[in-house]
Amino acid sequence: MFFTYLRRELRRRRKAALVVASGLALGIALVIVVNSVSSGMGKAQDKVLQSLYGLGTDMTVTKAATASASSSQQPRFQFDANNNDDSKTQSSDRVMVQGFTTLASTTVTKVAGQKGVSDAVGGLSLNVVKVDGQFTRGQFQQNQGSGTGGGNRQGGGTGAPQGEVTGGGANFNINAYTVYGTDVTKPALGPLTSSKITSGRTFTTSETNSKVVVADSAYAKEKKLKVGSTVTIKSVKYKVIGIATATSGDAAANLYIPLTQAQTLSGDKNKVTTIYVKATDSKQISAVKKTITSNVSGTTVTTSADLADTVSGSLSTASSLATSVGKWLSIAVLIAAFLVAGLLTSSAVSRRVREFGTLKALGWKSGRVTRQVVGEAIVNGLVGGALGIALGLAGAYVVTAISPTLSASLGNSAGGAARPGGGPGGGGGFGRQAAAKTLDVALTAPVNATTIGLAVGLAVAGGLIAGAFGGWRASRLRPADALRRVE
Amino acid sequence: MYELRGVTKLYSRGKETVHALDGIDLTIGDGDRLVIQGPTGGGKSTLLQMIGALDRPTAGEIVLDGVDLAKLSEAKLTKVRSENIGFVFQSFNLIPTLTAQENVETALVPLGVKTKERRQRAADALVSVGLGERLGHLPGEMSGGQQQRVAIARALVKQPKVLLADEPTGNLDESMRDEIMDVLERMWKEHGLTFIMVTHDSAIAKKAPRLATIRKGKITVKENAGSK
Repeated sequence: MFFTYLRRELRRRRKAALVVASGLALGIALVIVVNSVSSGMGKAQDKVLQSLYGLGTDMTVTKAATASASSSQQPRFQFDANNNDDSKTQSSDRVMVQGFTTLASTTVTKVAGQKGVSDAVGGLSLNVVKVDGQFTRGQFQQNQGSGTGGGNRQGGGTGAPQGEVTGGGANFNINAYTVYGTDVTKPALGPLTSSKITSGRTFTTSETNSKVVVADSAYAKEKKLKVGSTVTIKSVKYKVIGIATATSGDAAANLYIPLTQAQTLSGDKNKVTTIYVKATDSKQISAVKKTITSNVSGTTVTTSADLADTVSGSLSTASSLATSVGKWLSIAVLIAAFLVAGLLTSSAVSRRVREFGTLKALGWKSGRVTRQVVGEAIVNGLVGGALGIALGLAGAYVVTAISPTLSASLGNSAGGAARPGGGPGGGGGFGRQAAAKTLDVALTAPVNATTIGLAVGLAVAGGLIAGAFGGWRASRLRPADALRRVE
Repeated sequence: MYELRGVTKLYSRGKETVHALDGIDLTIGDGDRLVIQGPTGGGKSTLLQMIGALDRPTAGEIVLDGVDLAKLSEAKLTKVRSENIGFVFQSFNLIPTLTAQENVETALVPLGVKTKERRQRAADALVSVGLGERLGHLPGEMSGGQQQRVAIARALVKQPKVLLADEPTGNLDESMRDEIMDVLERMWKEHGLTFIMVTHDSAIAKKAPRLATIRKGKITVKENAGSK
């Protein structure tokens, strides 16, 4: 009888059941969307961090910040002016170590030897500024008014010819790009792991000092580079062996060359800018950080968590929105939905006072009547849960389908890149080495089993709460209510 | 069967105390047919609640077959109702979402009757009130008279000792009134019930073998030997 009655009630009072269910559905759908968007935010942040670090890197070690770089380290270009009729192009490359600070290669071994460190690999980030163009000398023209004859010279005694320099000037292109010296013997760690080789091949472990280069696909497209093309950096010719595409966000560098080659180019023998560290246990990262900081002096250790704190921009805003506003909003909506469901169930019981009174008069125990009411409420809750899950999945799907783009700016703790004090005037290309790195990440809203489980739990809880309201009301009805004459 | 002694029921309405029943003494024998009459608010329904084990008196005894209902717990009263007392209400009080047969079955639920037997007994009860063709109909699909017959079937399906009817014809027109009274009378005779009915209808009251009138909580009983 329980199920017959239940089924009949829900079928014949569909509207009332739907009102309760859709209230719960709204709350549950919101929880699913907020939850999945939050986890999407987490994924987006991971992507941002990955694009910097590459896969498998748990932390980076850089040189601790020192006093600002001296002026001698600033790039300087020296060109001689050409003669008037000489249109020869002049070119000059300046290779600078990113951030102007380096660590000795021996530090890599030292870090690798620390407890909890699974592997460590060094890399050298370089900024290359190439300036090429023409610098024509101005032409001297004597003033017509001061005479062209020799008489003046004799009489005047001003000594020097009067006139002005006209014409001439500079016409230069500035091309700034980044080069990353990678340790080809350890291909499993470092920034190149976040890129996929889409054409050609990557380095072999024997190419420690070969003149080969892997180009980032975006840069390759801009410069029309292909596998087999040649790239010249500071008069050294490199052969392009592969094109790498960043799997997420921006690539770590425009060009990748073997570490030894990078060190030679910048004149920093046995130096690295960043050490990429993989911990043996990803749960022990903060302990490993402590160990490295205390045992290897003069270094700054940055973990993914540290880096995540420096993420700003719309991703960070949206992320905090999802976690704070979203969470509270869904809690508020849930509470409202639970209350509304409870009150509606309770008022439904009030409208059925005579019905329940009659059943009690027929000898139905209070518990049986209450059970009936609670049963109806739980089914309502489950229907609401199913609707809510459908609605929530649809919402999450829409978010994923639209994939709103969020931008993320990473603070300058990444790679220790500090903007050189007073860079060369007009060096527009220097934007690339700006301290902060900005990435665009598409937001997705993945729904996982935990979220669905939570939704089902909430649906049952909602039903129980509604049932508690209604059941309490029903249990207090007197059998004599059956005799009420109100229609 | 029933032995009422000094049954008093007080209600407090605000600061005022209302004597709904004021020291009622009444004896009802097995197989009796008693009609209770009286003005609205005189205490008819309250008395029916006491006799029907729906409520307990403030004072006095209501002895049903040697058991004082006034002293029973709520759970015991529920058991008494489920086994011994059949109710017929003025506005039928059928569950609107259940079919005629299912409505009749609800009376057998507290007795723990198995589904198959329950269905059969409900169908039989409906056949006996002339609704054999309407088992699957919802209350909304039936006339007032038919609904009341379903209610009578529901009251009698468990074969109670007592049938209590509260204005059973109050919501029906005249032709249906006679039809329902015929059914009730036939059932009373067939089942050997004790039949207690509250009514406003003086035509029905006139025919009653025993007529109790309740006014301001006091009862007067008139034997009407002629029409028995």
